[in-house]
Amino acid sequence: MRAPWADRLFALAAHGAAWLTLALLMGILLSLIAGAAPAIREYGLSFLWRSEWDPVQDHYGGLVMIYGTLMTSFIALLIAVPVSFGIALFLTELSPQWLKRPLGVAIELLAAVPSIVYGMWGLLVFSPLLATYVQQPLQHIFKGVPVLGALFSGPPVGIGLLSAGIILAIMIIPFIASVMRDVFEVTPPMLKESAYGLGSTTWEVVWNVVLPYTKTGVVGGVMLGLGRALGETMAVTFLIGNMNQLNSISIFEAANSITSALANEFAEAGEGLHQASLIYLGLVLFFITFVVLAFSKILLAQLRKSEGSKS
Amino acid sequence: MDAKVDLSVTEKSKIAVRDLNFYYGSFHALKHINLNIPEKKVTAFIGPSGCGKSTLLRTFNRMFELYPEQRAEGEILVDGENVLDKRLDVSLIRAKVGMVFQKPTPFPMSIYDNIAFGVKLFENLSRVEMDERVEWALKKSALWNEVKDKLGQSGSGLSGGQQQRLCIARGIAIKPEVLLLDEPCSALDPISTGKIEELIHELKSDYTVVIVTHNMQQAARVSDYTAYMYLGDLIEFGPTRDLFMKPQKKDTEDYITGRFG
Amino acid sequence: MSTLASLDAGRLAMHRKRKRVNVVALALSLGAMAFGVFWLIWILFETVHLGLGGLSWQVFTEMTPPPQAETGGLANAIYGSLMMVGLATLIGTPIGIMAGIYLAEYGQRTWLGRTTQFINDILLSAPSIVIGLFIYAVVVSRFKSFSGWAGVLALALIVIPVVIRTTENMLSLVPNALREAAYALGTPKWKVILSITLKAARAGVVTGVLLALARVSGETAPLLFTALSNQFWTSNLSEPMASLPVTIFKFAMSPYENWQQLAWAGVFLITLGVLALNILARVLFRNKH
Repeated sequence: MRAPWADRLFALAAHGAAWLTLALLMGILLSLIAGAAPAIREYGLSFLWRSEWDPVQDHYGGLVMIYGTLMTSFIALLIAVPVSFGIALFLTELSPQWLKRPLGVAIELLAAVPSIVYGMWGLLVFSPLLATYVQQPLQHIFKGVPVLGALFSGPPVGIGLLSAGIILAIMIIPFIASVMRDVFEVTPPMLKESAYGLGSTTWEVVWNVVLPYTKTGVVGGVMLGLGRALGETMAVTFLIGNMNQLNSISIFEAANSITSALANEFAEAGEGLHQASLIYLGLVLFFITFVVLAFSKILLAQLRKSEGSKS
Repeated sequence: MDAKVDLSVTEKSKIAVRDLNFYYGSFHALKHINLNIPEKKVTAFIGPSGCGKSTLLRTFNRMFELYPEQRAEGEILVDGENVLDKRLDVSLIRAKVGMVFQKPTPFPMSIYDNIAFGVKLFENLSRVEMDERVEWALKKSALWNEVKDKLGQSGSGLSGGQQQRLCIARGIAIKPEVLLLDEPCSALDPISTGKIEELIHELKSDYTVVIVTHNMQQAARVSDYTAYMYLGDLIEFGPTRDLFMKPQKKDTEDYITGRFG
Repeated sequence: MSTLASLDAGRLAMHRKRKRVNVVALALSLGAMAFGVFWLIWILFETVHLGLGGLSWQVFTEMTPPPQAETGGLANAIYGSLMMVGLATLIGTPIGIMAGIYLAEYGQRTWLGRTTQFINDILLSAPSIVIGLFIYAVVVSRFKSFSGWAGVLALALIVIPVVIRTTENMLSLVPNALREAAYALGTPKWKVILSITLKAARAGVVTGVLLALARVSGETAPLLFTALSNQFWTSNLSEPMASLPVTIFKFAMSPYENWQQLAWAGVFLITLGVLALNILARVLFRNKH
């Protein structure tokens, strides 16, 4: 009945599991660095701004992919953040009570849909429509306009940076919207009532009271969405066009992202500089997502400190 | 601070507290407490919020050990053995010194299993013996008649007062010698409170009961001895009737007459 | 009491403008909501429509065909997915729960606890394709072959952080009073955790496991260069193994009609499975609360 060793054994197992997590991260970092070593030795940091990617000649540079990753994520955030905010606003302030649950569930189901579904649907259903109803008209309208014309030039066939960015946006909206909704919901009613009591409109209450109160959570949610967008593979691969060249600033052009390059080329890449360069790209991506995470944690800590200890 | 803590010659001391000091981090929460808790009687700890009465209660079963920044110095002798001695297995202490908390805490299992849980830790009973023990405990805590047909149901389905009596039954089932009650009625309605106070009255024939309460009238109703505490000091201790009718210290009198809360 | 009529003209004009801004903002938010729901309905509709169209008994009984073949199904891919996802969850869940227990019950204010939490956050947000790279370097390279086991390990590494996070959250919600009540009876720590705390949180923990399961069911990237794929049937995990997501990837990007149809069927099956798991997890959680 009295078995003090049971306590010790259990504690050991629990501690061990924690150490395993640490070991895992170490392992990932070390194996990535080891795998990328030949490319790191060959190019050093210049890999980040070289744009030549030629498996035949064995010359590699990561600029195209890094740009593709960052640009698609940027487009995705541009679309997703305001839309998510609108959804969260609707769910917390406008929606009638009976609609709140089903709509909330709908948003969460959207988050559960696997990315390959988004990718395939995006390519086979969405992109032709995007080409006809959005890209071609846009190109027509902005033809000849100095900067915007260049932005919308290129083949309007439905794949490329814009398409990938839009699909990514649809993918990350549920994440950001859920977090925003959750933090909006826990705003103390008394705070909102004080503002309403002064005669504020709903919009004013949300913009001037709720949003500042919940900014830590909101920033966290946006960072979460950004992290997902940066690391997303399937949705982007189907739609980005897999072209390892950057010819113009047009967002209609096919391009490549780090994840797509890995998805398409890694399995066949022979041991050597090709594979090492791809792993180097993976390391860069890991680093980028780490920076986003660290930045969001620092930001959150700062925000929390500056307001005492709210949210 | 020393209060008149000697019991009359006829009372035996179950718990003897000797020069107890307690700290939350650097905060000195209990100061040089000396106290004798009489056996098979009900002793109440009263005092305003923050006076240390719950803290004192929780030293008796080393509950404070769960929190690293809390520590106790001094001696607490239960039947002569110092429970603060680190060499003493804390589980064995808790088998002898049971505790019931402010909010009812039924375990996430059936009523039967709630009672059986503690027993299984220390004894190897057959199914029949366990049934008997469960019935005995529930009868002792005046809950048997209300639950005897639904022993398999979850404990959280009971009302607040019933849940608290379940927790008392759970504590009694392992046959402790001391029962520590930490504001057991503060989350309950008046009728349930009345039932539990009746219960306490019966329990003292078998157990030494120490009850912390912020309700002075309750202390006057249920306890034989009362200790009045203030800001970590034991101000006065004595038979309840004496303390309430003729308090020896002015501080005690001020509290009892409601000059401050 | 003074009425609106007595507000001077200037304030009235400002008030009207504010009202207009309010209406516009609220209309936009309604639009955003409709926008979100619209995509969900469209995606689900197309998936069901095109997926059901490609669905038949053959999908479950026949192997993945060569391009432009007359017959063919997804049997080997379905089996491979079930195998690898199941094993990954089986392996990852105990580790995740133990680490979650550590974070909630042992390591709250320790260095190890804080670090593990941080590391877990990193692992949670790590791109799943990077996890695939790691397993490639450690398993596939070492053994010089792609294999089902490599796929299982990669998926397990995705399960673990999810389960850690949900377990820790759920355990932290259990009120301390419950633990204290168990300790007060003399219960040893390991028993308090297993029989009381974990039990009290079990609905949430199970939900977390189900959600992790749903998540890895749809993961493609970690399998791309670990389990790779396999045209033929295999139940041997040391060989490359087909899986639904990877097969869909290959078939959907191709120009062949029969492949695309099978890809839709596969996408339908995955979506069905994932949504069913999510709804199950939701129902379970709501029932216990």
